[in-house]
Amino acid sequence: MSAITDLGVKAIRDGFRNGDFSAREVADAFNAAVAAARGLNAFVVETPELALAAAERADEARASGNLKPLSGVPLGIKDLFATKGVQTTASSRILEGFTPTYDSTVSGNLLAAGAGMLGKLNMDEFAMGSSNETSGFGPVISPWRRSDGGNAPLTPGGSSGGSAAAVAARIAPGVTGTDTGGSIRQPAAFVGITGIKPTYGRCSRYGMVAFASSLDQAGPMARDVRDCAIMLEAMAGFDPKDSTSLDLPVPQWEANLSADIRGKRIGIPREYRIEGVPEEIDRVWEQGIAWMRDAGAEIVEVSLPHTRYALPTYYIIAPAEASSNLARYDGVRYGRRKMPGQGGLTEMYEATRAAGFGAEVKRRIMIGTYVLSAGFYDAYFNQAQKVRALIARDFERVWEECDLLLTPTAPSAAFALGEKSNDPIAMYLNDVFAVPASLAGLPAMSVPAGLDKQGLPLGLQIIGRALDEQGVLDAGLAFEQRAGFTARAEAWW
Amino acid sequence: MSVDTATVRHIARLARIAVSDGEVEALLPELNNILGWVEQLQEVDVAGVEPMTAVIPNRQRLRADEVSDGAIREQVLANAPVAEHGFFAVPKVIE
Amino acid sequence: MVSSYRVQGATGEWEVVIGLEVHAQVTSRAKLFSGASTEFGAEPNAQVSLVDAAMPGMLPVPNRECIVQAVRTGMALQAQINTWSRFDRKNYFYADLPQGYQISQLYHPIVGEGLIEILLDDKDESSAKQVGIERIHLEQDAGKMLHDQHPSFSYVDLNRSGVALMEIVSKPDMRSPEEAGAYVRKLRSILRYVGSCDGNMEQGSMRADVNVSVRRPGEPLGTRTETKNVNSVRFIMAAIEYEASRQVDVLESGGKVVQETRLFDPDRVETRSLRSKEEAHDYRYFPDPDLLPIQLSDAFLDECRGSLPELPDAKRHRYETELGLSAYNASVLTAEVETARWFERLLTATGKAGPEIGRAASNWVISDLFGALNRLGKTITTSPVSPEQGAELLALVADGTLSGTLAKQVFEIMLETGEGPGTIVEERGLKQTSDTDAIEAVIAGVLEANAEKVAQYRSGKDKLFGFFVGQTMKAMQGKANPAVVNDLLKKALS
Repeated sequence: MSAITDLGVKAIRDGFRNGDFSAREVADAFNAAVAAARGLNAFVVETPELALAAAERADEARASGNLKPLSGVPLGIKDLFATKGVQTTASSRILEGFTPTYDSTVSGNLLAAGAGMLGKLNMDEFAMGSSNETSGFGPVISPWRRSDGGNAPLTPGGSSGGSAAAVAARIAPGVTGTDTGGSIRQPAAFVGITGIKPTYGRCSRYGMVAFASSLDQAGPMARDVRDCAIMLEAMAGFDPKDSTSLDLPVPQWEANLSADIRGKRIGIPREYRIEGVPEEIDRVWEQGIAWMRDAGAEIVEVSLPHTRYALPTYYIIAPAEASSNLARYDGVRYGRRKMPGQGGLTEMYEATRAAGFGAEVKRRIMIGTYVLSAGFYDAYFNQAQKVRALIARDFERVWEECDLLLTPTAPSAAFALGEKSNDPIAMYLNDVFAVPASLAGLPAMSVPAGLDKQGLPLGLQIIGRALDEQGVLDAGLAFEQRAGFTARAEAWW
Repeated sequence: MSVDTATVRHIARLARIAVSDGEVEALLPELNNILGWVEQLQEVDVAGVEPMTAVIPNRQRLRADEVSDGAIREQVLANAPVAEHGFFAVPKVIE
Repeated sequence: MVSSYRVQGATGEWEVVIGLEVHAQVTSRAKLFSGASTEFGAEPNAQVSLVDAAMPGMLPVPNRECIVQAVRTGMALQAQINTWSRFDRKNYFYADLPQGYQISQLYHPIVGEGLIEILLDDKDESSAKQVGIERIHLEQDAGKMLHDQHPSFSYVDLNRSGVALMEIVSKPDMRSPEEAGAYVRKLRSILRYVGSCDGNMEQGSMRADVNVSVRRPGEPLGTRTETKNVNSVRFIMAAIEYEASRQVDVLESGGKVVQETRLFDPDRVETRSLRSKEEAHDYRYFPDPDLLPIQLSDAFLDECRGSLPELPDAKRHRYETELGLSAYNASVLTAEVETARWFERLLTATGKAGPEIGRAASNWVISDLFGALNRLGKTITTSPVSPEQGAELLALVADGTLSGTLAKQVFEIMLETGEGPGTIVEERGLKQTSDTDAIEAVIAGVLEANAEKVAQYRSGKDKLFGFFVGQTMKAMQGKANPAVVNDLLKKALS
């Protein structure tokens, strides 16, 4: 038998149920792997004791026949999810030491389903970033290295960089991510794993530190499509505490999973062929199209005319919402307070927020504040909300011609840390393919497609109609079976 | 539309973020770059388009008028940097 | 009716233009977006949920009752109800505002234009004036800060944070402090009828931002100032008076009125500039992405409409037409919902309808009952006499059991003891008598004891008749039927 840490969510769940190993053995193995992988900086907080406690409960449950859906499975939780009694910072220094007295609905659902928690995963500060370099606790380092032997530390992508690195490094079988404009899909692509952002409203946002409320959605990241289906089923569900939560039953995504996509029409949006994208991206895209055709899907060329406006739209709406959502970090009720030598309340606010927020967060708060300020609301924010409506309408129309869309996930493979950190717009362009589905609230998944010539993973994205996670997962499974992606990062950490 | 240093300071003040002169100088081109880049949205014809309100069709649910929360002062104050006598404490405000 | 109120300046007359923004706390058990209690007077931060404290990841979910109350209020003000409305965020930093924004409604308020009719003279229906309502929107209240508890700290209590407020914005239709006072009293009355706000100004359930400008009669509107958070009708009127004359002074001395926020100082009876706090207000309103638009169905509107009580204007008119009350009586009895309720319970308890009982009952309530309550420092809701007891008393007068004098005596005993009039009459023998034998016997005694006066009367001193009545009544301890006494005395003296 291979090492327990080589197993994914389904294999652990089933192996544990079958008595191949105890939950305790699983927890011990992953706790040890987490401790051994600190060089990746994937975790902000490690909680081996919580993983063990859950494992003990799982072992008892197995003995008494009271197994839960995720009994025996330890998971990593992105630091954006509030976890009762465990520091939650959104990887921001401004929340250093903040210990929630409550659980987010999504992480609470996973724990209630029997899962254990290995720790809180590092991320871009308040989920604002695409490389994990904005974390207040230092960047996560990708387990992957280029095949050139240079050993330059690479980004695992962001903002769910710790999540991506943990799965790729086999120190967590599955993790939670969150996706506002690609934060699950881009890092999944960068490290060769699978991640799905469900339809906006499937997963409750209650207890998830808000970045941009109209875009934020939780989702799973794991080794393969089936593991994602299993986790998403446990994470999703109606929550009366979130006004934007969808009051719908959770489908049985795992049980209904099928690689039979014969007759499905898969759209290839021509606007996603953009200049300056490496030839290798096109190559895997063509390969992916061939695999889908091979699976019996019908390939149709389609158009999403407003695609090129998606990123600027996103970079008005998301900072605007963020500038307001982050106003609560003021040093009054929680988090770090900084008191200047003299001055009153305003000076305390200014000092606290200047010291607690990193440069990218400040930049986005400033942009968001500006686009909402007197005289600019209509030109920026309202215009962006109208363009957003047009982008959503593009998708509505395209569903008359196809059932799913297949696109690249990101315009490049993982880049080196520091490579783009001085050019915000170059960094923002990472999410050019991910952002449109976010703006339209659609389910979208990244699946590994192959390696580039430097030996780094590339992913493709499958976008579906609202609420059609099943369609996305099924196509993902068909894709996965043909891609046969087995490459993994060799442990150097 | 581009911003000048006075505007950068004004925005920072609105956002309650202290900025040094050096930071203002650094932020100025960054913000102008980003604002210049998002400017391209102006070219989109949005005549007759309503701004998006809900990304997925959904109705606002309303809660029943029941006292189901509160009475958790310890939790509310648990993470406060300074709390005294059941209050949060902030630098004195002179009214 | 056109107000003739003018400020007399050194250079001539000025007209005052007034608009009011009244913040009324919505009557509900729980807060607008959380399940924490709204009850007044709790320990600091004891009625705060994680949502109210704006903990990371907390989300608002609207309280249905607050929406219902705003809609019912709008209906009572004959206002446009917007079946599609939305919440916006008003962004600013202050320690009593945990989210760093107040959830309010700027772009799409729940209630649009309506109106309130005020009477400038209670006795005169023709003094009616209509004041336009611009809009009503729902918003969260802020917390409370205490500045005097510690030498270097201000303390923050979030119990009020998130309590629902209705902001009721009038048009600039008022022209005198009296009109503004009548408007606030009338608005308060309607809110209390509807039950959407308790109108308790002392506890801060109602407070007003007062917008005042002055102009030469007939000229365009002048620059206005906004005096914030004035919390009594008297102060509102005083603030207007002060502010109008201050603005006239500024203008007449060649200055300009600055558009600004001001504060009313009740001790000095003046307004003061808050310019220092004014700096750079830019609220950056935008639709709250944590909430969806509020869409009201026909069934919801029907439910709101169906639960509206008869409102003061309708009630006043009905009292005048059905019960034959004077404009003044009708006005007094309908001004406060508790008075109207008490009066109607009284009428119901009499088992009668129509002008006869209406007038008798209204006169008794306004002169006897109100007089007594005033004297005792009580209100209609703490009245020691119940409407049922009042009805019994009125019935005893109507059937001749009690004379007016006896009735007043019995009422005094009712106030003291809380006993019913029937019991009092029975136990204390206060029944009026028409027994002619008994009265004749007493009259005989009175005449015998005052033979001299009888002679004077008979020789033409008619005025003495009242003396004999008084003596007879006194001898009968007020219990004789006055009409019978009159008849019998006339006979005996003829």
